[in-house]
Amino acid sequence: MSTHAVDTHAHDDNHGHHHKETFVTKYIFSQDHKMIAKQYLITGTIMGVIGVIMSLMMRIQIAWPEEPNVLFEALLGKWAPGGVMDADIYLALVTIHGTIMVFFVLTAGLSGTFSNLLIPLQIGARDMASGFLNMVSYWLFFLSSVIMIISLFVEAGPAAAGWTIYPPLSALPMAQGGSGMGMTLWLVSMAIFIASSLLGSLNYIVTVINMRTKGMSMTRLPLTIWAFFVTAIIGVVSFPVLFAAALLLIMDRSFGTSFFLSDIFIQGEVLHYQGGSPVLFEHLFWFLGHPEVYIVILPAMGLVSEILATNARKPIFGYRAMVASILAIAFLSTIVWGHHMFVSGMNPFLGSVFTFTTLLIAIPSAVKAFNWITTIWKGNLQMNPAMLFAIGFVSTFITGGLTGIILGDSALDINVHDTYFVIAHFHLVMGISALYGMFAGIYHWYPKMFGRMMDKNLGYIHFWVTAICAYGVFFPMHFIGMAGLPRRYYTNTAFPLFDDLADVNIVITVFALIGGVVQIIYLYNFFASMFIGKKAVQNPWRSNTLDWTTPVEHIHGNWPGEIPHVYRWSYDYSKPGHDEDFVPQNVPLKEGEEELQH
Amino acid sequence: MTALLTIIIVLFVAVAIWQMVKIFDLAQVRTDTSDSGIATDHDNNINGYLMLGFLVFIYVITIICFVKWGDLPLVYNAASEHGSRIDNLMIISMLVIFSVQTLTQFLLYYFAFKYRGEKGKKALYFADNNTLEAIWTIIPVIVLAGLIIYGLFTWTSIMNIDEDADPMVVELYAQQFNWTARYAGQDNVLGMANVRLIDIDKANVLGVDEADPNAQDDIVVKELHLVVGRPVMFVMRSQDVLHSAYMPHFRAQMNCVPGMITKFGFTPTVTTKEMRENPDMIDKIQRINNIRAEKSTALVAEGKETLDPYEFHYLLLCNKICGKSHYNMQMNIIVETQEEFDAWIKEQKTFKSSMTQFIGEDPLPLADKSMEQITE
Repeated sequence: MSTHAVDTHAHDDNHGHHHKETFVTKYIFSQDHKMIAKQYLITGTIMGVIGVIMSLMMRIQIAWPEEPNVLFEALLGKWAPGGVMDADIYLALVTIHGTIMVFFVLTAGLSGTFSNLLIPLQIGARDMASGFLNMVSYWLFFLSSVIMIISLFVEAGPAAAGWTIYPPLSALPMAQGGSGMGMTLWLVSMAIFIASSLLGSLNYIVTVINMRTKGMSMTRLPLTIWAFFVTAIIGVVSFPVLFAAALLLIMDRSFGTSFFLSDIFIQGEVLHYQGGSPVLFEHLFWFLGHPEVYIVILPAMGLVSEILATNARKPIFGYRAMVASILAIAFLSTIVWGHHMFVSGMNPFLGSVFTFTTLLIAIPSAVKAFNWITTIWKGNLQMNPAMLFAIGFVSTFITGGLTGIILGDSALDINVHDTYFVIAHFHLVMGISALYGMFAGIYHWYPKMFGRMMDKNLGYIHFWVTAICAYGVFFPMHFIGMAGLPRRYYTNTAFPLFDDLADVNIVITVFALIGGVVQIIYLYNFFASMFIGKKAVQNPWRSNTLDWTTPVEHIHGNWPGEIPHVYRWSYDYSKPGHDEDFVPQNVPLKEGEEELQH
Repeated sequence: MTALLTIIIVLFVAVAIWQMVKIFDLAQVRTDTSDSGIATDHDNNINGYLMLGFLVFIYVITIICFVKWGDLPLVYNAASEHGSRIDNLMIISMLVIFSVQTLTQFLLYYFAFKYRGEKGKKALYFADNNTLEAIWTIIPVIVLAGLIIYGLFTWTSIMNIDEDADPMVVELYAQQFNWTARYAGQDNVLGMANVRLIDIDKANVLGVDEADPNAQDDIVVKELHLVVGRPVMFVMRSQDVLHSAYMPHFRAQMNCVPGMITKFGFTPTVTTKEMRENPDMIDKIQRINNIRAEKSTALVAEGKETLDPYEFHYLLLCNKICGKSHYNMQMNIIVETQEEFDAWIKEQKTFKSSMTQFIGEDPLPLADKSMEQITE
């Protein structure tokens, strides 16, 4: 087969590289997908720490509004005179927390890490299709992260119009301090981020299509790869639209065009803008914005499917249905964006259409949830930390996903739109779930990434405290949302009607603080295990996929000899007729053994 | 101060957790695999039971939330005609959600407990079953079809404003960070308006066209009065950024978009007075006032002013991030009988009379700008 010939050639190339590797080419400007994956993960982790600290500051402000706090004084400086948080910086925290978590942690940190690490390893390729583009992709991501961080320190404050940056608020510096230099840097950072994401996605797509090893047909791909592959396609379809929106917004801001602005009177003067519409921006934004939540959650679903099957020592249930539901979710994700805009002033008939398409997504989601549950039924569950997080993922995905039935229904959305109900919904279904998927992936593939094991007891503590806190934070939020409390309020004290919600908000904040602090245990485990963790064996979880056939020590080109051939799907766990409870993909079928038809 | 104390408590909790980890470590039976980072039967067992415990935790937190914070004023006691339709749909959807939630979480955590790993046990090789797949595809399809159809009928009936019912036309005008209302007056037709016609010197803050005959009897006010049982149609504008007019008690919300007009209509069914006498509302207000009284005692101790007791008002809130004081952009809504409304509106100045204050007898020929000029 011709692909095989290409592989050997690539191997020779890499072998040549191996000798002239310097510190810079190995650790900094590396073109090796495994190193790039680690770079993504560590950058994402740093951004994640910043994002979480921001959320804790918001929670403290909401629980004890306008009370002085040493933490604010230390971290916010001039934005917290006397330790009392300023209203402008609260909105900036809301904005940057959202941006960082959605894009920098759960898109780049999750998808960037695991797509890079696992695509070549699990499909049997020496590296990505283009190692160079892969390197460029990471460094663009790094650059955009740096710009986003720099934007926190500009004079008039960082962007503060919400992560959705709806104009005119985001377009007019006189509407809000953060819409000056802060917003410019936000837009520049995101434009670079999108370029990075597109380079990465194109690379993933090409690699999956062209570089599978002999015998690795699409129907033998692990679900991780299916998820990364489809995620990359959604990214390529939708990210350019956000790029266009950002570009047009830059035009409106800096060159006087009127794409999104019209008839504005602010601070005593009429602005020249005429004929534009903010609703156009909402359409463009959510054309990315909604697929984006699937860009975040699909890779987590892929990781969870793999980890559940491996640790349940049982084939994933309904492989075909799992692939079909990934495809269905991906398709539907691009035609539901209007459910964010039911009350935006768009034609109510459009609202009906989007209600219909949105509620349809519940069907493939339900299929996935039931298939995961059936996967652990009658399994032999190995409760590794990764497995706990995978089970936690299914739980929060169900809890958070179900409330989507309310928010996706235009008639009901009228009353809970932009309340805390929405915060509860999306944090559970795409925030916490995707984070669980990411943690599961990190605990599971840590030995592959760093050649050492993470401490499992710290992992257990990490999971159980996080799990309790996640429900403690977000479950009560549904109720304050149904009590009508709007999101993005600096304090709720302006409305006596909400006075009786103060105690819930304190409970939520206490859970959030404990949940935030317990992540220190994880960070310690993550960084310390690189040096003091026990040396990993080649296949610690006794898994079937090809990534565990590579040596523990990383080498360029992944396999020292020939790339293994694949003879079966990746879920032959506990297959009758075999002594071991796993049969790796590169083990040929026994005489008379039949491959499961799927 | 409480915040600081809480942070300290959280730090102590962290230390406590740290110590627990050490105990976990010491309690480990030292075998070959105990520190390999891979789960042993002992780990499977402990975590299996914790799974069961967590299931209980989820149920308990659900019950606590319903008992403590479940007096959902936004799921019943709607104050508008369409509101009860939304509430019914909400209750049905919630029932569906909670039954699915209770069942699936049970299955997930119970299986996680029941099938916790054991050395030497072999899992069932069970990879596919078309009947099962069909069942959990078709059941959601049926349930969702029901919810979609019910939802769409409700949505259409709310959003299609019946112009024949002769609704009272009221403009809601949003700006950073307050609301203004403009009544259409005797003719029930709003005068043309555009932000380019705003003239602060003449107090024409809404940019109403001074030359438009329909505008002369318009009435601009800072408090929203509605008539019980009479349909109202809100015509919404914003002069600067996006805002959202959110009236939770009426189950009403619509964004205010600069450069375009948005609409939302409903019929109030409960007067402010009646709502204040509603037993659920009395309970809620009592609770709020107890909290306020408690806070006041603390404030007095600090030598500050006390909080006024709270009296119930329907509210219009801004629900789209709009800048620094977004959290305090509100207007009271008063629902009253036709007689009370008539008495109130009679006392308000018409647009014409407020203009003549500035420009003498007849405003028409003296307008510096009009709709015709700016649209040319």
